[in-house]
Amino acid sequence: METYELTVNGRRTEVIADPGTPLLWVLRDELKMTGTKYGCGIGACGACTVHLGAIPTRSCAVPISLVGSRPVVTIEGVGRDPVGRVVQDAWVSHDVVQCGYCQSGQIMTAVALLKAIPKPTDADVEQSMGGNLCRCATYVRIREAIQIASGQLK
Amino acid sequence: MALVLLLAWPPGCTASGQAAHENGPSARATSQAPQAEGLAAWNRIYSVLSHPRCINCHTATNYPQQGDDRHRHFANVVRGAEGKGVVALQCVSCHQEANADSTGVPGAHAWHLAPLSMKWQDGNDRILSSAQVCGAITDRSKNHDLDGPGLLKHHTDEPLVLWAFQPGRDIEGRPRALPPLTHDQFVAATRKWVDAGMPCPPIQ
Repeated sequence: METYELTVNGRRTEVIADPGTPLLWVLRDELKMTGTKYGCGIGACGACTVHLGAIPTRSCAVPISLVGSRPVVTIEGVGRDPVGRVVQDAWVSHDVVQCGYCQSGQIMTAVALLKAIPKPTDADVEQSMGGNLCRCATYVRIREAIQIASGQLK
Repeated sequence: MALVLLLAWPPGCTASGQAAHENGPSARATSQAPQAEGLAAWNRIYSVLSHPRCINCHTATNYPQQGDDRHRHFANVVRGAEGKGVVALQCVSCHQEANADSTGVPGAHAWHLAPLSMKWQDGNDRILSSAQVCGAITDRSKNHDLDGPGLLKHHTDEPLVLWAFQPGRDIEGRPRALPPLTHDQFVAATRKWVDAGMPCPPIQ
């Protein structure tokens, strides 16, 4: 076991974990931040997406030993970001969610997309969101909500 | 002698001949290393370049491959404009600075696809011939303007090249298959090939 200093949603914290423990499980089990979901466990579904050093990252794929000093932003903190707030509002106003399990990952990816490309094309959306799966097939509403959010961004 | 060898080389080797001329030591060595030895060294190099650990990221398509069977990368990963994925689905969204053996995700600094100019497969995922790959990597208009010493340095130091020889474990915890040469053997073969003037097999 090793001790790691993390900055999660702007707060410094210390955790003791096995170096191979995925960031996902540190967030969920150690820090009790259960908004980030376990989906496939192999980086194939996107449900566990967080921002690591501002890059949308599959937290199930990254051992805590490789996180380093990069700040972590999760679904619990992304609403404090202006783009994150706009995206979350669009999700609510457009009633995107069905079962909701994948939606924190969807939102984290959408926020990363819109922060980099505030006015994305359909191809931009398709390619960036292509790694986030939704078994309820809310894809159409997700894309519409991204465009609604985009319309509120300069 | 070097000029004779240059004239005798197949057309695909013109760029490499220029590289030999532009670099004194390599040009001198050209006269010492028979072309046959250089071609033998190239064949050893090609055995590595055509191995899945290398060629999976030298695709001609809009996606990387993975695994020893070179299947399409999962998760709808796409190449992106610079070979690094797209803004919200980047290579580094999973691939970190080092192998993550606990999660089975390979990693090295700045994980990315080779540029399309360095594709070593065709559009149907078939590996290009030895002569075609040799022609590509000795073409300075395609290889980031690397001459012989530059290619040797690339094979010696580039993190993603080094990764191929220390590829870590897969998601099942099994060691990934290694290329047929060790890194030292690969570098030695590259040095011999460069010193021989980077000869390429004739394109059939």
